[in-house]
This record gives sequence, structure tokens and C-alpha cells, in this order.
Amino acid sequence: MLLAQLTEACGAPGQEGEVRDLIRTEIAPYVDEIKTDALGNLIAVKNPNGKGPKVMLAAHMDEVALMITSIEKNGYLRFKPIGGIDPRVLVAKTVVVGAKKIPGVIGSKPIHLQRPEERQRALSIQELQIDIGVKSKEEAEKLVSLGECAYFTTKYEEFGSGKVKAKALDDRVGCSLVIELLKEDFSFPLYAAFTVQEEVGLRGSGVAAYQIEPDIALVLEGTTASDVPGTDEHKHATSVGKGPAITFMDRTVIPNPKLVQELLDLAAEKGIPAQARRATTGGTDGGQIQLTKTGSKVAVIAVPCRYIHSAVSVMSKKDYEAAFLLVKNYLQRLQEREG
Amino acid sequence: MDVKQIFRKATESAGVSGYEEAIGAQIQEACPWADDIRTDKLGNLIMLKRGQGEGPRPRVMLAAHMDEIGLIITKIEEDGFLRFSTIGGFDQRVLLGQEVVVHGRSPLIGVIGAKPPHVQAPGEQKKAVKLEDLFIDIGYDDEKEANAHVRIGDVVTLRRDSVELQGSFLAGKAFDDRAGVAAILECFKALDSLKHMADVYGVATVQEEVGLRGAITSTFGIVPDVGIAIDVGFGDSPGLQEGETIKLGEGPGIAIGPHVHPKLHKKMVETAEEWNISYSLDPSPHPGGTDAYAIQVTQAGVPTILLSIPLRYMHTPIETLDYEDVKRTGRLMAMFIAGLDNEFVEGLTCF
Repeated sequence: MLLAQLTEACGAPGQEGEVRDLIRTEIAPYVDEIKTDALGNLIAVKNPNGKGPKVMLAAHMDEVALMITSIEKNGYLRFKPIGGIDPRVLVAKTVVVGAKKIPGVIGSKPIHLQRPEERQRALSIQELQIDIGVKSKEEAEKLVSLGECAYFTTKYEEFGSGKVKAKALDDRVGCSLVIELLKEDFSFPLYAAFTVQEEVGLRGSGVAAYQIEPDIALVLEGTTASDVPGTDEHKHATSVGKGPAITFMDRTVIPNPKLVQELLDLAAEKGIPAQARRATTGGTDGGQIQLTKTGSKVAVIAVPCRYIHSAVSVMSKKDYEAAFLLVKNYLQRLQEREG
Repeated sequence: MDVKQIFRKATESAGVSGYEEAIGAQIQEACPWADDIRTDKLGNLIMLKRGQGEGPRPRVMLAAHMDEIGLIITKIEEDGFLRFSTIGGFDQRVLLGQEVVVHGRSPLIGVIGAKPPHVQAPGEQKKAVKLEDLFIDIGYDDEKEANAHVRIGDVVTLRRDSVELQGSFLAGKAFDDRAGVAAILECFKALDSLKHMADVYGVATVQEEVGLRGAITSTFGIVPDVGIAIDVGFGDSPGLQEGETIKLGEGPGIAIGPHVHPKLHKKMVETAEEWNISYSLDPSPHPGGTDAYAIQVTQAGVPTILLSIPLRYMHTPIETLDYEDVKRTGRLMAMFIAGLDNEFVEGLTCF
């Protein structure tokens, strides 16, 4: 399954190769042109000379990861997060490191040897290290180079009532949606940008938009769902199972209000579940795309995901399907209207 | 039959303290080296390997616990999330973001979550998430759906396949103390090709993590002349002092302390030296914490010794060991048993 393959592939910001190769192979039969640019964005187009507005679908390929920054004398690997990771989610996880995917574990001190007050305190990055089972720096250096990244090892699995758990749903869920949308037939010029380095400051998307010059850009994301115990309802941002979330505003973009309304109306008309994203925090590639050259109309459509930026995030298959249907219907309507 | 494979499979199975029936059955099924296997009323799995020659034969008991620490469901929330408490000692900081198996009406995948960092108050991220603020997400949308699959009191295990690290290192869950059980099986396997007078009772004990309970009843039923407990010991790892650890890859720790009979200690060290099996000396001032203590004070008292397999990150789902140490522990016990006779055993009460 496509989303399973995508989430199990590894791609830190700037090291998206494995994800890019997977996507390139998958979309090749469905697009007219396909290229990569100087930053590593993968850009594809259907109907470059078609009639109608130029539409860009964007999803980022990169995921948060841990960059190896030093190797200790006794062979332990020290790391820094690349992208936003709460260090508390790292404790006692398995990882794979670097191009060779060397298995490792992030250890912590046994409870028996802790003072009770230690357990009240979060472990910091400085107190954590990756153990790959070697005894010396020399042994470790044969397997891992500085600058390589460590990734969580979570398998994609379905559970509960139509839920999925996986790593990197932010934003492989968006990549998967864009890939599936490319498999549909449209007559207007449809561009897909699989962007790099979103997690370290939306770096790929502006560069991609510069080359595409879209009239309308739809950013497909996996966004935070805080619909969990301990969070007041007004802080849920999005809820799993209630359809894709449409952004009114985040830290980087105020999406085009007419476009937002059109998407919400279309969802209601077609009976596709959708929800407003009830938060203004976070940033997306939309922020860069809207400001590129003379600008473009942007909307952000996101699949709600619990526990993003951790080893295991959770989403609903229904939300994924609704996101796909909503965007597909929107593109069809656009074609009827302006094609 | 490869004991390492038996071990890995056992660690990937569930057996929380008090719920060891399935793991016991799995070990019984996997062990072809015993002459007789039975289970006692608490669920201890007792594997007997008879010695050679006419009796009376010395009786040696090897004990390692097969139970693992786990969680237990205490509440099902309206929105379908599960609250839980612990069975055995967990550092709750290792639980966030783990996958679990909830042993409901059928096994269910779950994810341990907490409210996300961006809705926390400033400064909260410096604090560990408290146990009562964690929950299990089993992917059901409300209490009614969840109730159809889970009941209060269902137990939960962490979900982790064992991982091969470099060399002979392995990482996974429940190595504490299925590594000890594996050492018993390695010992039984080695005894197949050795002459030994002693009857050997290999016991996979229950409920060690909640108070050495299985060792109490199994020892009473066996009344051994010599008791050997095999547990895991703190392996060398970051943040620990050299004096409180034993090194991975350098064989078992041979304990010395109040719960270790001095003559057994001496003989164990001599055996290791004679057969060139690497070991560490493991000073152990406090008698509690392992089955050795329960064995020692059974009935009129049992001469006891403790062997510790070095283990990093104890009581986490990524416990790490060198499997060669498990093999060394098994071989050391086999050689020790092969060297036992009635005269030595009788001498154990002479101080």
C-alpha cells in the first residue's frame, strides 16, 4: 500500500532521496513531465499546455529526524533533532541510523538506580544517546557518518475503527494524496510539488512555486489533532474522524478566504465530512508559496493526525478518503468552471 | 534447536506478572531438553533434567522469572481512550509514544499518548509527563465502541519486536528476565552432552516483579540442595557509575553478598576459571530484588547463589544485552552442575 511504503521510507530535511525515488517511480506513468531542482524538490506536471488556471498541489517529503552530531569514545551516538521534536518522546525507542539503516536504541537509566525526584524531570537531548551495540568509536565510524540521520522504525498498521498508526504521517499523508490525485484525469495544467525541507523552515516550497508560478496552490498536509484527554475542547485544533481540516489562518499564511469558503461549501454540498482547523499556530508550505513572485491563492487542506513529530502518529482512513474526495471534487469543479 | 530464537520469540510474547500461562506454555513447547515438565499451582513452569546414577542425587534448582512488567486498564474514558496503572516498576518517562498490546477480548494495538507539547503551559515541557496524564489510544471513537473490546482490569504489554544490533547484541522488551530463562535452556542443552549426578530443576518463575512470589512456592515444592537464581544485572551504560554496573560482553556477574552462600560463590568462580568462561564479580550488598532471596529463606534455608546477565536500560522496551553473555551463563551453570557431588552438597551446612 502506497501510504505504508511512504511512511516507512526515511527522509530527513535535506536527505529526502529515498522518499523522492519512491514517489518518482509511482507518478511517472501519470504525468507528462517530471524534474528535480537545485534543492531536491520533485516537480511534475500533467497537461502543461492545457487550458485553464495553473494549479499546484504541494506536499512535503521530509520528516523530523535526529542528526548524528558526534560519536563517543565508547561508540554511543550523540544527536540533535532536525525539525521540532519533544525530547520526551525519544526515550526507549528503536531507530535506524543513516544510509545503511543501522539499528539502534535510545536508552535511559534504569528506574532502580534513579532517585524518585529524577522521574519528575524530562530527560534532555544531552542525556540521550543512540546505542548501536558497538564498543568503540572506531567500530561506530565504520557504520555511521556524522550528519547522517536516525529515524523511528514504526510500521504502518491499521487498528481500532479505521485508524492508522505510522511514523511521518506529517507529511507522507499529503504526498500520498497528491500522488493519487495525479492519477485522475484533468484538462488544466496540474503541477505537483513534492517539496523538501519543510520541517526546518519551509525552504523547498517557495523555490518550487517560483518555477511553477501557480494561480492556485493547494497544500496537502498532516496536521496536529489534539482531541485527546487533558486538552480542553477549544484547544483540539482538529479532531480525528471528522474529515479534512481547512485552515483559516496559521503562523505563515491566511489562505484565500473565498477559496476556503468554496472548499467548505463544496464539502457540505457533496456530503464530504470536513472541519475548520481551530488553531492559528504552526506553519505550512502555503506561507512560502503565497509570497512567491507575484503571489498565488493558497488553501491548506490537512488530514488530522494525533501525536505528530513522534515515533507513532495516528490518523483516520476516513479522513484521508474525505480529503482525497474533497480535492478531487474541487479540481473537477474548477475544470467545469474555467476549463 | 536454537535457544536464541526461542528467547527472541519469548520476549515478543506477553506475560505480565500474574498472567504467565501463555508464555509458560510457549517455553514448555520449545524445550526438548527436559525429562519432565510440570506447572505448579501459581503457574511456575518446572522443567526437570534427571542426573545419572543411583540416588540420593543432589537437587539443584535454577530459577529465572518469566513474568514481565506491564500495565493494567483502570478506566475507559467517554471518548474511548484508556487510563492505566502499572504492574511492576516502570519509569513512566519511557512510556510516552510507545506502542502497546491491550489484551482485551482479543489483542488490540494501542498507542500511549499525552496532550501534545503545543497545548502545554510554558515550562511543562521540562517536566516529565505524569503517569496519570498518559492514556492509551486504541483507535475507537467512544466509550461504547471501546467497551465492546476492553474491560477494566485487562492487562497491557509493550509492543516491541526484538532487534539485532551490532555483533551479538540484541534489544527488546522483557529481556528481564526471559534472558535468565534462556540461560536455563542453554544450560539444559549443554547438560545433554555432559555427565552430571545432580537432578536439575529449571524453573521459569512467576510474579517476580511484584514480590518474588513464584520463587516462594516453587522452592517449597522442590526443596533443593542448591539454588541458583539467574536474573539480569545493571549493564554498563551512560549515566551509571562503574561500581554499580557489570559490563556487557564479559560474561555473567557472579554475586557476592548476604544472599550468596560463600562456598557456592567460591565454587562458581573456580568453575569459571577452570573452563575459561568470562565473568565479573558482582558485589551485592542488599539481599532483596531477585528470586535468590526468596529461595534462600525457604523452609530450613537453601544455599543460594545469584548470577546476573548484564543488561542495559532495564525495565524499558529496549533492554539491551549481548547474547553471548546468556550462552556463557548457561555454560557456566552446566559446568558447575557437572562438578557437583553429594560430598560438596553436605558440606554446605558446615560453617
